Amino acid sequence: MNSAREDITHPESVKEINLTIPMIPDMEIAAGKTAEAVAEVMNLDEDKTAEVSMALIEACLNSFEHSHSEDRKVYITFRVEDSELTIILRDKGSGFDPESVEKPDLERMLRPGIRKRGWGLKLMESMMDSLTIESGPGGTVVTMKKKR
Amino acid sequence: MLDSFTVDTRREGPVWVFSTHGYINNVGGETIAKRFEEAHADGGSKYLFDLGDSKIINSIGVSFLIEILERILETNGTMAFCNCAPIIEKTFKIMGIMQYATIYPTVKEALAGMREAV
Repeated sequence: MNSAREDITHPESVKEINLTIPMIPDMEIAAGKTAEAVAEVMNLDEDKTAEVSMALIEACLNSFEHSHSEDRKVYITFRVEDSELTIILRDKGSGFDPESVEKPDLERMLRPGIRKRGWGLKLMESMMDSLTIESGPGGTVVTMKKKR
Repeated sequence: MLDSFTVDTRREGPVWVFSTHGYINNVGGETIAKRFEEAHADGGSKYLFDLGDSKIINSIGVSFLIEILERILETNGTMAFCNCAPIIEKTFKIMGIMQYATIYPTVKEALAGMREAV
């Protein structure tokens, strides 16, 4: 009778949570809230929980804006392990070359006429312990890890 | 469903205070930028953004704050933030915004600090 509750309260029994979200405005918040719930189950502290949520929000926004996927969906897997949380975000878009993404530079951006966007990857990298991106014509897979 | 974003604007002596409520995304950022431009046109050079009721920000929302920072720096003005959630403060640090803007714990401390600043 209590098995569902036990699954939630005992991190060792939680292995993978899958979430699919449509690419519509503000749905990144649903992903962020799910990340917060998973992080809480893992007993991550408040700072780490917020960082995981923010990184995932940024990853979702990147997919929403740049993937050009036909199904307009993002597929997210949260993998809970004893030592870390892994978040894998996939889209079925047209892919991109991560190496070609220009590093944002605030000083340069403060000049008139310079676009202020392009902070997503930098924030994801900074908020998580590791970030890897595999991308090609079939889509993009972003893998982010946060140590407990 | 998310509550709609709002921003309250008031003037405290030489300081314009913008209190934001809700998620600072593209809509939130655009709303702040619009209210800032109205205040800027009305005169003044000191701008305080009270983010106490905005627990989440995204990079699109921050890009609007960078636009505002650029406008403030053009006129040698001052930008400050207060009541920031730790994740927002960390975001600003990562982006380097704190080289150009001060973060205060509270509105009271911000107003005191900004009134003193030349």
